[in-house]
Amino acid sequence: MIEFDFSAVLAEWPLLLRGLAWTVGLTLVAVPLGLLIATLGAWARACGPAALRRAVGVYVELLRNTPFIVQLFFVFFGLPSLGVKLSPVTASMIAMTLNLGAYGTEILRAGIQAAPRGQWEAAQSLALGPVQVFTRVILPPAFKRVWPAMTSQIVIVMLGSAVCGQISTEELSYAANLIHSRNFRAFEATFVALAIYLALTLVLRRFLLWAGPKWFFGGAPRG
Amino acid sequence: MAALPDITDSQTPAVPRVPIVRITALRKSYGDNEVLKGIDLDVMRGEVIALIGKSGSGKSTLLRCINGLEQFQDGSLTVAGKPLLHESAMAMRALRQQVGMIFQSFNLFPHLSVGRNVMLAPTLVKQRTAKEAAEQARALLARVGLAEKFDAMPDQLSGGQQQRVAIARALAMEPQVLLCDEITSALDPELVGEVLRVVESLADEGMTLLMVTHEMNFARKVADRVIFMHQGRVHEMGAPAEIFGSPRTAELRQFLKSLDD
Amino acid sequence: MVEFTLWDILRNLALALRWTVALSLIAFIGGGLVGGALLCLRLALGRKTGRLIATYVGLFQGTPLLMQLFLAYFGLALLGIEVSAWTAAALALTLYTSAYLVEIWRGCVEAVPRGQWEAARSLAMSFGEQLRHVILPQAMRLAIAPTVGFLVQVIKGTALASVIGFVELTKAGGMIANASFQPFLVFGCVALFYFALCFPVSLIAQHLERKPHGRAA
Repeated sequence: MIEFDFSAVLAEWPLLLRGLAWTVGLTLVAVPLGLLIATLGAWARACGPAALRRAVGVYVELLRNTPFIVQLFFVFFGLPSLGVKLSPVTASMIAMTLNLGAYGTEILRAGIQAAPRGQWEAAQSLALGPVQVFTRVILPPAFKRVWPAMTSQIVIVMLGSAVCGQISTEELSYAANLIHSRNFRAFEATFVALAIYLALTLVLRRFLLWAGPKWFFGGAPRG
Repeated sequence: MAALPDITDSQTPAVPRVPIVRITALRKSYGDNEVLKGIDLDVMRGEVIALIGKSGSGKSTLLRCINGLEQFQDGSLTVAGKPLLHESAMAMRALRQQVGMIFQSFNLFPHLSVGRNVMLAPTLVKQRTAKEAAEQARALLARVGLAEKFDAMPDQLSGGQQQRVAIARALAMEPQVLLCDEITSALDPELVGEVLRVVESLADEGMTLLMVTHEMNFARKVADRVIFMHQGRVHEMGAPAEIFGSPRTAELRQFLKSLDD
Repeated sequence: MVEFTLWDILRNLALALRWTVALSLIAFIGGGLVGGALLCLRLALGRKTGRLIATYVGLFQGTPLLMQLFLAYFGLALLGIEVSAWTAAALALTLYTSAYLVEIWRGCVEAVPRGQWEAARSLAMSFGEQLRHVILPQAMRLAIAPTVGFLVQVIKGTALASVIGFVELTKAGGMIANASFQPFLVFGCVALFYFALCFPVSLIAQHLERKPHGRAA
């Protein structure tokens, strides 16, 4: 008969809370920066000169076809060889940002290319400058079109932050490991952490569902 | 117009003509919205009935109730003497062998050739051998004027051709009643005629047809009865000459007028 | 200190690569079988099963794969089963794959137009016949591209097995990087090996995506 002891894990709730805070913090930094990179990258892929398109393409394909943990190890362990020494937190943020930037570029590029030709033409006919055409007319509907896919990707990056515990970033999975190294309740600690991640996923999805229209593509008021 | 068999000669006893489709007090709602508010209708074998009316009047819904694609909440519906039993999958399959349907968007199976589209159901449901089914399919395709398209794929055909294949596919099950749900509405105007010609030939051969249609000239020419539906009820019913020539109610008059606009 | 040439590094990584490939294939095929079985259950049994399966999918899509691997590893140990990292990783990745695949495949079945169901029903075909002869052939054509695309995710997922001690490409890379004091070079090579595995598969999936979808309207 297996005996579970969740109380030993739940007693360490301050550690869990701290881990959760770090997970949320990492996500809150990586997402805006990642989306910024995605916007620039998507513009480059959709409208930029051929050389730039190809360069961004290389970035995108490299990051989409390699595991996140390898990217993280490369940034944290590999870059110091070039003299760039990074703290675990910084390395985690950089890796997460670049990862979201790559996937986001592809997702947003598809959204931009789905804009009807007429939108570009109408905006230009109204004498809007190229930056205005892009940011005011093309980009918001593009975001709206791809928001479900972008939301999914953001959730994936948030869940990916669990890997950052491997370089001693003190996020939630690290906290869980720390807890069961003390009380040997490995299964219970992992289970509790999983439950927290699940809750975090649901909250994050909800939040993004609200934030998308509010900040990125101003939904038309209903009714 | 179909010629009804004369069965009242002195040699044979008089047999009462039982309607092939009998609808009594049929009611259907989607949630709180009642779309069919008590329909009574008897369809005789060999009759051609045209259902006309505004969109939302319930005509397609009524048609789809007859072959069980929609479920109704109240009233009764009997086809070829058998009442509709939604709960019994076997009863529904038996029903659909008696009642065929042609759809506005054709719904041909894109992964099968034209011939196989027609052969599929007889092979599976009526247990025909592949050889018999193929022969039947060729004959039916010839009948709708597409004999040479047996091995073609649906996406190689025009809309009118696809709809004719759909008719052949439905006929392969040898139904007693054919339901036609706006079968020319999705067609380019120049392709409508070829489909209607096939339908007219079916009518001439005595097939029982219920057609939801916007083709008023066709209805006038081919239908035995025209039913005008309005807000979920049978509003007016009669021979084409009456309905189109002397509409009694204001709603029908308004509807006919709107067609001319 | 042992001198590591580039050739040494590449050779050792290539040997570990075999395990990455093996684990990927087992998870993908195993996950495909489990996912397929779940899909059949869902199609045959209707709404309640659908909700259970949706919960199953939600669990795997709403939690980190790393934690799922840990749970499998510690969970199996609790049951007293002598568990190697390989077994735990294979189990966790198989279930992970099954969840994602059943969701992808469900989406493909739902993408087949309703009119196809109605036409088949109107021709008096039973539910099983509708599924087998009309719906599934079309759904499968739609499913090929995303399924191949997911293989890339599986290959990348195997990298996390390194954390529970399974010696595949990433773990080997970590060990060699430590021993050779050349982390930049070693992890760079590890990344390129994964790229060499994943990029062709990605290209194939993209190509399949662009082909006309088997004449589905």
